[in-house]
Amino acid sequence: MLQNIVNALVLGSSYVMIAVGLTLVYGILKILHIAHAGIYAFGAIFAVYLCEIGLPLVFAVTLSLILSALLGMIIYKGFYKHVLDRGRIVPLVMSVGLFATMEDLYRLVWGPYKRPFDVYINLPDVMTMDLYLSSRGLLMLIVTAVVIVLLYLLLMRTKLGKSLRACSNDLGLAGAFGINTDRSVAFAFLIGSSLAALGGILVGLYDNTVYPTMGSVPSYKAFVVVVLGGFGSIRGAVVASYILALVETFVVYYFGFLLPRDAIAFLTMILLLMFKPEGLFGKVRR
Amino acid sequence: MSLDYFLTVSVFSMINMILASSLNILIGYAGQVSLGHAAFFGIGAYASAILTVKLGMGYWPALLLSVFISGLIGLLLGLPALRVREDFLVLATIGVNFVVVSVFNYVKFFGGPYGILGLPRPSLFGHAFTTREYALYVFLWTLVVVFLVRYLSNTYLKLGFDALREDEDAAESVGVSSPRYKMYAFAIAGLLAGLAGNLWAHYMTVVFPDNFSFPVSIGILTMVVIGGVGTLIGAIIVTILPEVLRFARDYRMLIYGLIIVFTMFFMPKGIVGSIKGLIFGDTPLGKKRVEKVRRIAGAQGRIAGR
Repeated sequence: MLQNIVNALVLGSSYVMIAVGLTLVYGILKILHIAHAGIYAFGAIFAVYLCEIGLPLVFAVTLSLILSALLGMIIYKGFYKHVLDRGRIVPLVMSVGLFATMEDLYRLVWGPYKRPFDVYINLPDVMTMDLYLSSRGLLMLIVTAVVIVLLYLLLMRTKLGKSLRACSNDLGLAGAFGINTDRSVAFAFLIGSSLAALGGILVGLYDNTVYPTMGSVPSYKAFVVVVLGGFGSIRGAVVASYILALVETFVVYYFGFLLPRDAIAFLTMILLLMFKPEGLFGKVRR
Repeated sequence: MSLDYFLTVSVFSMINMILASSLNILIGYAGQVSLGHAAFFGIGAYASAILTVKLGMGYWPALLLSVFISGLIGLLLGLPALRVREDFLVLATIGVNFVVVSVFNYVKFFGGPYGILGLPRPSLFGHAFTTREYALYVFLWTLVVVFLVRYLSNTYLKLGFDALREDEDAAESVGVSSPRYKMYAFAIAGLLAGLAGNLWAHYMTVVFPDNFSFPVSIGILTMVVIGGVGTLIGAIIVTILPEVLRFARDYRMLIYGLIIVFTMFFMPKGIVGSIKGLIFGDTPLGKKRVEKVRRIAGAQGRIAGR
């Protein structure tokens, strides 16, 4: 029981990392940024590469996060920005294309192999009578908690956060009140992409494998979280991540469902889209 | 290049043409973007595989029944479209694709990851089709589909689809029932994709879940996108490209992805649409050209008139 909850928390933390960026981008631009998971995989792959050539872990992770953030901004400035006025389908289809390209590019450069993330983490394993949490899982929980707190402070206490919230409320109106919307959107991509990359690194550490297609399932599954949390609501996305993880874990554990857990998530999403499209916590949008 | 190789490539491109026509009815006619089209394709193939292999039916009744089943399931999977629009619909269809593939993968009845083997080739008067005859048979079906789609574009149905695509609320206000036309679109698309699945399954004689996974949906979308809505050239390009560029086989997804990105970037109407736009002045570049021609013609007209 306790073990299940802890497992679900770790799983939910991985969802938080990727879903926050998606929901930020969706809240502001109203586009589904599928290529986001491409950045998730990029972050992990690049960090492993840097570790393999002998850089210390902290330095490798920092460098990888910075590069991923830049990559996210390039995707916005170079691609989405030019097609925003063509309706919502064009950027979406473009995003699918971008994601396919990125994934295949990683495969070609990196090779289709799974590689371990071999680093030493200076944290104890948690082991009691009925609970086991590896040091890497512990790291994941700690980092996610820190990130959530920082994100809350950023969004609620800083000027940048205020402008992000204003843009998410109404992009045109925010621009009319003198907010540099283009810069805010770019920041949303920077923050979201670095979080996704961090998520990729943490999942890579936890599973101890990194491979080019590690983004494919999270890319679509993160949307389940975004739908569940109500489109554009960051608080909703965080809560929904943990709810989804708990439900998945317990359904699989107690009922031994005949479908894999990803299918359960997608089924939930389809039903939710049909019957409650505004999500569990979202406002009704027009 | 042997004849068999040529036949196989052409069978694949014809099946892809049917798939592209099917998705085209959804995207081009009714404006409902689906990224789960491989699911419909897979349902047609699996329905036929189960009917012939597990239930021991003959090919022809299985053909009818499997196409009917895929139309019915298409109708069912179209249900989300009644509630959600645009990008949410795309998400829902992606979800449908994943769910359908995992059902094929994890439910014993569908053979699991090893799929179903040993589908029969169709036979007529006790004579089983050879590869050459099968290619001809697929060709006949492709013709039927192409003419059916052509015929549909002249019916009242197409007008309803047009209204739906351009503006759902406006369509409702003049009495075009959007749920009804959406269901029609999904049913027709399901039928055609099921037919393609059937033809494909009985050509390959095996079906695996992986044949219908999400990247296949991306491939089908690529066909519609690069050719432009309402054309079949994209299907031929997507099928033949990896064959012509043998060295590029390994880079297939990369090429698909880049093609999608750059077509969306530079010619959102597809190849055919862009060329047409250039000629008739629908795109900015074409408009410029047409205006220039008009100006010159006007100047000449004035000179001649004087």
